[in-house]
Amino acid sequence: MATFFGEVVVAPSRAGLDEEEEAREETPEDREIRREIEKKRYRRRGRLRLEIRAREVDVLWTCAEQPLVCSRFIVAIGRNAAAFLSSFILDSVCWEVVGVVKLWNEWCRTSSTTNVLPTDSFCLFYRLIADPTVLLCQCSCYVAEDQQFQWLEKVFGSMQKKGLQVTILSTCPVADYKTQESTLTLVSPFLRALKTKEFQEQVCCPLLEQPNIVRDLPAA
Amino acid sequence: MFVPCDRGGGSAAPDFKGFTLLMPAVSVGNVGQLAIDLVISTLDMTKVGYFYTDCLVPMVGNNPYATAEENSMELSINAEVYSLPSKKLVVLQIRSPFIKNKYRPFCETLLSWVKSSKCARVVLLSSSHAYQRDDEQLLGTPLRYLLTPDLEKAVGGRMKELNWKEMEKVAAYPGINNTDKVLHIPGGGITKLLFTESCSEGIQMAVLLKFCSEGDNIPDAFVLVNYLNEWLQLIKSEVSTVWSKWKIPSSWRLLFGNGLPPALF
Repeated sequence: MATFFGEVVVAPSRAGLDEEEEAREETPEDREIRREIEKKRYRRRGRLRLEIRAREVDVLWTCAEQPLVCSRFIVAIGRNAAAFLSSFILDSVCWEVVGVVKLWNEWCRTSSTTNVLPTDSFCLFYRLIADPTVLLCQCSCYVAEDQQFQWLEKVFGSMQKKGLQVTILSTCPVADYKTQESTLTLVSPFLRALKTKEFQEQVCCPLLEQPNIVRDLPAA
Repeated sequence: MFVPCDRGGGSAAPDFKGFTLLMPAVSVGNVGQLAIDLVISTLDMTKVGYFYTDCLVPMVGNNPYATAEENSMELSINAEVYSLPSKKLVVLQIRSPFIKNKYRPFCETLLSWVKSSKCARVVLLSSSHAYQRDDEQLLGTPLRYLLTPDLEKAVGGRMKELNWKEMEKVAAYPGINNTDKVLHIPGGGITKLLFTESCSEGIQMAVLLKFCSEGDNIPDAFVLVNYLNEWLQLIKSEVSTVWSKWKIPSSWRLLFGNGLPPALF
């Protein structure tokens, strides 16, 4: 692809990574190089310290009852949605912390502590004391695409679903909203919803119009 | 992997025995996926299920083939299966990129599903970087095909009748040794992997691909779907141009952004 200045650049493909770049088999030469690097690292540091990037997602439940019985699960994903819950819903009288997610990726790291600041990256689970089947999740950290499925399986795998209704709260930039008119003239913020056909209740706002989509953890 | 839609009344999982599975590779220009959109939209195919997989980036939206308010509210996700029993056709649409290191697991699971559901053959729509063509490939048609040995026996003759061009192999070490030839499909995503695995597993697979570049790939999608139609005759093509016969889905609106702010002028 030629740019305006006449230089030729390789445009990244919308199709993503070329499979051939990614799935290249390790040749014997590559293996030898890797072994030598590992040996040097061992000799230099005096003890073996493997720099393994752990992309495991750990869900640590602090309550004794397992699996948790759940009839309502509200998930707030992203800093804005998490802040909404902190401001309007959560308090220490009616809600208790019952779990935390510990993960690491290139964008953030969460810890197993439940004592967090609003500016931290965290993912906490709360239970309504008056009705322990109502669970709430505040996820202000970014869950990477290769961790989203894991998060899903581990969180929902820990629940005993009882007529479960899930509500997902999330935000997206107005600039990403696809509409015939310019987003400059749109009155924002505004709400849109997606629902499964099993959800029979009234939705409080219009449904998300095509060609708009939702991605990442809310989509998962 | 495959989860059938719940159509109510305890209906059994759909039967794909003897069907042709049509699917895209996530490749340069997303041409295969756009072509599949045209097939599903034009033939008004019914969704029969989806793939529950951790290999694709999650995404969700409303029905991309909606034609009216009533049918616009069905959720749609990243890998869905549509069927048209009258043509013994089952179509897989993939709507998001692969997650790193998940190409091979996806291919293995997919081919295992193809075998267990007893599909007769697989047709993969794909594309390859136009800028990587050699001098000969720059001339003539930008369309190519590949057949696994098992399918070559069945339909190789038909491809010759249609005067189609088989995808050329390239030198493994160009400039050094021009005798060792390998299949090279740059920008083709999982095309090469799926094709070579199908060859070794005895699966009947055809690859139809177009050389193209990133940009407005709608014309490329039309060219590819017409190429497919020359062989499979999904829609009648007695008219010299079949462009108007393919129905563009509603989700293709605003592919290149929103309307412009009036203040710009």
